[in-house]
Amino acid sequence: MRRVKTAIGLVLTAVMLFPVYWMVNVSFTRDEDMRRSPPNWFPVDGTLEGYQAVLDRQLPYLATSLVVGLGTVSLTVVVAAPAAYALAKLRPRGGGVLSFLLLIAQMIPGIIMAMGFYAFYLSAGVLNTVPGLIVADSTLAVPFAVLVLTAFMSALPEELLQAARVDGAGTVRTFRSIVLPLSRNALVTVSLFAFLWAWSDFVFASTLDQGGDHQPITLGIYHYIGHNNQEWNAIMATAVVASIPAAVLLVIAQRYVAAGVTAGAVKD
Amino acid sequence: MRVRLRSGQWAAWAFLAPVGLYLVVFYAYPLYRNVELSLRNYTVRSFVRGDAPFAGFGNYLKVFDDPAFGPALWHTVVFTVVSLVFQFTIGLALALFFVQNFPLSATLRALFLVPWLLPLIVSASTWTWLLNSESGVVNAALGVAGLGPVNWLTSPDWSLWSVTIANIWIGVPFNLVVLYSGLQAIPASVYEAAALDGANRRQRFWRITFPLLRPVSAITLLLGLVYTLKVFDIIWIMTRGGPSGSSTTFATWSYRLGFGNLVPSFGPGAAVGNLLIVAALVFGLVYVRTLHRREA
Repeated sequence: MRRVKTAIGLVLTAVMLFPVYWMVNVSFTRDEDMRRSPPNWFPVDGTLEGYQAVLDRQLPYLATSLVVGLGTVSLTVVVAAPAAYALAKLRPRGGGVLSFLLLIAQMIPGIIMAMGFYAFYLSAGVLNTVPGLIVADSTLAVPFAVLVLTAFMSALPEELLQAARVDGAGTVRTFRSIVLPLSRNALVTVSLFAFLWAWSDFVFASTLDQGGDHQPITLGIYHYIGHNNQEWNAIMATAVVASIPAAVLLVIAQRYVAAGVTAGAVKD
Repeated sequence: MRVRLRSGQWAAWAFLAPVGLYLVVFYAYPLYRNVELSLRNYTVRSFVRGDAPFAGFGNYLKVFDDPAFGPALWHTVVFTVVSLVFQFTIGLALALFFVQNFPLSATLRALFLVPWLLPLIVSASTWTWLLNSESGVVNAALGVAGLGPVNWLTSPDWSLWSVTIANIWIGVPFNLVVLYSGLQAIPASVYEAAALDGANRRQRFWRITFPLLRPVSAITLLLGLVYTLKVFDIIWIMTRGGPSGSSTTFATWSYRLGFGNLVPSFGPGAAVGNLLIVAALVFGLVYVRTLHRREA
């Protein structure tokens, strides 16, 4: 009976992941086989032309995305971690209101933020710059990061912090030497998500960095499709490469991922 | 003692200062600029010079009068409702399946997260090729079954369904994970007691699982609603809201007005965006209230 369930589970997973398999399959397909009917279900006469095209043309885009992703992670953690500590342990007046605002902030449609940022950046002169994109992308992660870190830090035992205080550690010292090291898991989760969201962002990139010299990989793919390109193996190869961070995230941090998904929805 | 308390407050606010400043400059200010955009007659020139004439609610009236308003509203509703119904139903069915632990269940459940983690541009371009009229594998499969090819992305009758299907695929993992954690929170003893009382599987689902899962379901649906209202990337990348507006929702309409044309109309674009934000905030507030009631 349990074997049967595993078999059903395998079939369901295969159906669900078929589009992902197809992306990989097409990325290895030769141009002349692309329009075959019926299509090749396996990359029998596989080619690496698509990946060659990625190496030739997409590396600058990938590098930009890496920089934007890492920048977003740093900015997010620097802004969110102290705030979470305050909300979790220092009981500021008005802390509830702030948490509420953060919860609501997550629900603002990206396209609206993008239009506001466009007007803001145009007058500030930071349109089409990497720092501008990093700041905009961080708005995707900061509210989530504060809420998740707050939930985690609230669970840290009060005795530990009191012991630190008795030993003469100030608030800053307690935060740096006790709270931050103990919150490593939550910080990892938050950083992984911040990176993934920045890496995947298309709305901000396409509005705030459309004319930039350094564009992220999402725009690299978009330009490919937009120019009515027929090199689908190259497009799909780029898509496969662009999916690597998501795959890495799932492999190295599986339990954090599920925890992160639920943390956004059910807080307890 | 009072002095200590007050110094504690100072420390707390010092730690909160970065995020406070951040929210004001990078949330409140862009939102303010967006409202301001919607109340003035902006052109590219006045955008740069900053002297656009005040238009009051003119942009909103223009949007309401636009022949595209009705269809965009309808598409937004259809897209959202159909996506939610299927995401939730499929997600719940899968959660019920995966909660019966079997060999490999944890690994397979993790693999189900892949669609949710992929960059939207990746999912959208993959679906674009899957649904390609001549060379897509979906039409090839339909052909094997003896069904004629469907112009998924190029026919006005099908484009909205195509983007909805892709969006359901992306949303199922989220529903699965949240509902799964909800199911796990139901104590096994309740089921054991019901089994002792002779309740069959169906009765156990409708009398126990369903009512006990209601709070989590409400949160999942509300959050899904807020997320689905925002969906822009998928639709824009797959169809650009076309052909001839047949898959245009508020989110893509707003983008098209502001950025998709050679001559941008920022004012009406911002106005459409603000209508969307009002909808999202209304449901967002309902969500927050549900959350609080659950905690109380």
